Amino acid sequence: MKKVFARTRGLTDKPFHYCPGCTHGIIHRLIAEVMCEMDILGETIGVSPVGCTYNNYEYFACDMVQAAHGRAPAVATGIKRVHPDQPVFTYQGDGDLAAIGTAEIIHAAARGEKITAFFANNAIYGMTSGQMAPTTLLGQVTTTSPFGRDAAVEGYPINVSEMLATIRGAVYIERVAVNNFKEISKAKKAIAKAFRVQQQKLGFSMVEILSTCPTNWGKDPVASLRWLEDEMMAQYPLGVFRGGDLEV
Amino acid sequence: MSRVEFDDDRCKGCCLCVSVCPKKIIALHKDKLNQKGFHPAGVEEMDKCTGCRFCAFICPDNVIEVYK
Amino acid sequence: MSSRVLMKGNEVIAEAAIRAGCRHYFGYPITPQTEIMNYMARRMKDVDGTMVQAESEIAAINMVYGAAAAGARVMTTSSSPGISLKQEGFSYIAGAELPAVVVNIVRCGPGLGGILPAQGDYFQATKGGGHGDYKNIVLAPASVQELYELTVEAFNLADKYRMLVMILGDGTLGQMMEPVSYRDAEQIETVEKPWHVCGTKDKRQHRTVQSIYIDPDDLEALNDKLQAKYRTVEKQDTMVEMIGCEDAEIIITAFGTSSRISRNVLRLADDLGIKVGMIRPITLWPFPSEAIMEAAAADSVKSFLDIELNAGQMLEDVRLAVNGRKPVHFLGRTGGNLPTQKEIIEKIRTIAGR
Ligand SMILES: Cc1ncc(C[n+]2csc(CCOP(=O)(O)OP(=O)(O)O)c2C)c(N)n1
Ligand code: SF4
Ligand code: SF4
Ligand code: SF4
Repeated sequence: MKKVFARTRGLTDKPFHYCPGCTHGIIHRLIAEVMCEMDILGETIGVSPVGCTYNNYEYFACDMVQAAHGRAPAVATGIKRVHPDQPVFTYQGDGDLAAIGTAEIIHAAARGEKITAFFANNAIYGMTSGQMAPTTLLGQVTTTSPFGRDAAVEGYPINVSEMLATIRGAVYIERVAVNNFKEISKAKKAIAKAFRVQQQKLGFSMVEILSTCPTNWGKDPVASLRWLEDEMMAQYPLGVFRGGDLEV
Repeated sequence: MSRVEFDDDRCKGCCLCVSVCPKKIIALHKDKLNQKGFHPAGVEEMDKCTGCRFCAFICPDNVIEVYK
Repeated sequence: MSSRVLMKGNEVIAEAAIRAGCRHYFGYPITPQTEIMNYMARRMKDVDGTMVQAESEIAAINMVYGAAAAGARVMTTSSSPGISLKQEGFSYIAGAELPAVVVNIVRCGPGLGGILPAQGDYFQATKGGGHGDYKNIVLAPASVQELYELTVEAFNLADKYRMLVMILGDGTLGQMMEPVSYRDAEQIETVEKPWHVCGTKDKRQHRTVQSIYIDPDDLEALNDKLQAKYRTVEKQDTMVEMIGCEDAEIIITAFGTSSRISRNVLRLADDLGIKVGMIRPITLWPFPSEAIMEAAAADSVKSFLDIELNAGQMLEDVRLAVNGRKPVHFLGRTGGNLPTQKEIIEKIRTIAGR
């Protein structure tokens, strides 16, 4: 018998502190696996956000820098300008990337900064106990939209991938999900492609990953995956928004 | 013949693996508690395992390794 | 051999940084310091460095944070409203113990205020500005030559202590043309940076640069370490200039531009038969309290006169150091106005009663 699935050495041994069934863990594993398979773990420098994954510098086995809330793309820019030949990535939630850090992500994309952003979109602020995020769906109940997000009062969700895809410096933008075997496999391919785009210095790349927050959605982990499929995917269709034809 | 191994103490009993196993052979051990205080998942009839890796792919906590 | 050239203060800062080995500059335009960024945009090309025009001062300081974490000598420059925006980054840089150089060419405030010179950012620069218990080293040059010397020194101090070093100037200094003598080559004090991120090369454990510590004991340990470091800086790197204090009856305290104006007054006072000396802090933090304390203890010294381009900020530190032993008077102008020599002399005469 051969081991056909093993824990990746791209992650440290430290157990994740995430809630049961939180798919941040899956996304971490995929990024780590890709770094190992591409043999770039020893070169890569990652940037941790503020959010539930604030301390993923303890989990990724590559060098890591912890950034202020929303500033990861700027921090990554600084790192990349010093080490232009090494892969640099950010890992950010939707509050981090699409609210407080909107300027940083847009301008990193506009500069065609040769970094990769992994954007975990769970439609809520996890860390601070379930407030409305820029990506919260219409009608979705959160602690700061207790009657459901109402467009007249709270405005509309932001489709970040579609928005960034209008920027020329952003050469590869794809939205994936981690809800089943097939989509997880696709997500991993997208993560690998983003790193290759960066290696070839083509420009900015981002993979948006639809993720769950069972705790603040008030659903069990399995029901959370179903909600992601039924509700989130309607607002956030999966697919490549830029760079579909890139051969890398 | 395939086999899965669970690192019990990493398991958080989230049941994602339970929900995706095509053979329906994974269940939480209600009689066990791990270090974290969760009922860990495990397989009863290992001989039915096909080594499909569905469980390992969905597990957010790197509990499962698969042999085939 | 050294070369002597006539240059604008702001450009001297930029050139000094490059001579000190700075190859990464991140900024956002704001008057009255835009020449620094413009100079960097041209000059970084020659030296194979990078100048990034960031989308905001917040982004710029976070780029500095990233580049410093990656091991580079790095600088950003701005003026008061932009420096306010950078405070978040300053606090993170302090927490993560990163070396960085920041220049604040102060303009008058509050709010958008005006673009004329001022010293109203003294409190912000020396007392924190951002959140948490931290200090930045603050250098206050008073001439174009000193802009050069202190900019080079700023990079050495930043590396030595893994701290943010701020150069606090103002529009007068930044826009001033003065001759500056450059050394042929700088003594760049390179230090090992065993904490910087550069990839593990699969040869070592991964490194992390962070300012977050969830365990209270860990965070207290960091704070203790920072405080111990700050005490060392106070002991080793306090800089002050003392002019004619030996037999002075009045001692002026002033820094930067206000010290330049005050310096000219010393002789005029002498002509009137009033002995006036000056204590000019070169480091605003660490503050040269001891020099002031000693002066306050001297029998010949009857009083102090603090002169600033603000409503009285360094004044508080002077009073703390004097500790009630002698009266401390104040003369300040705001809004971009400078005190005239006449005003100062009049104030001195009132104090001296002659
Ligand atoms: C400047 C600043 N403002 C607010 C916070 C508080 N805060 C911590 S995490 C967070 C939200 C994170 O949400 P998201 O990015 O969606 O990540 P998630 O926790 O859902 O993974 C906020 C607002 C902070 N740390 N810093
Ligand atoms: S709060 Fe939500 S996003 Fe954060 S770890 Fe828990 S489930 Fe995951
Ligand atoms: S490998 Fe497939 S069959 Fe075996 S336990 Fe896992 S999901 Fe079930
Ligand atoms: S998916 Fe992983 S953590 Fe969740 S129950 Fe299964 S083994 Fe445990």
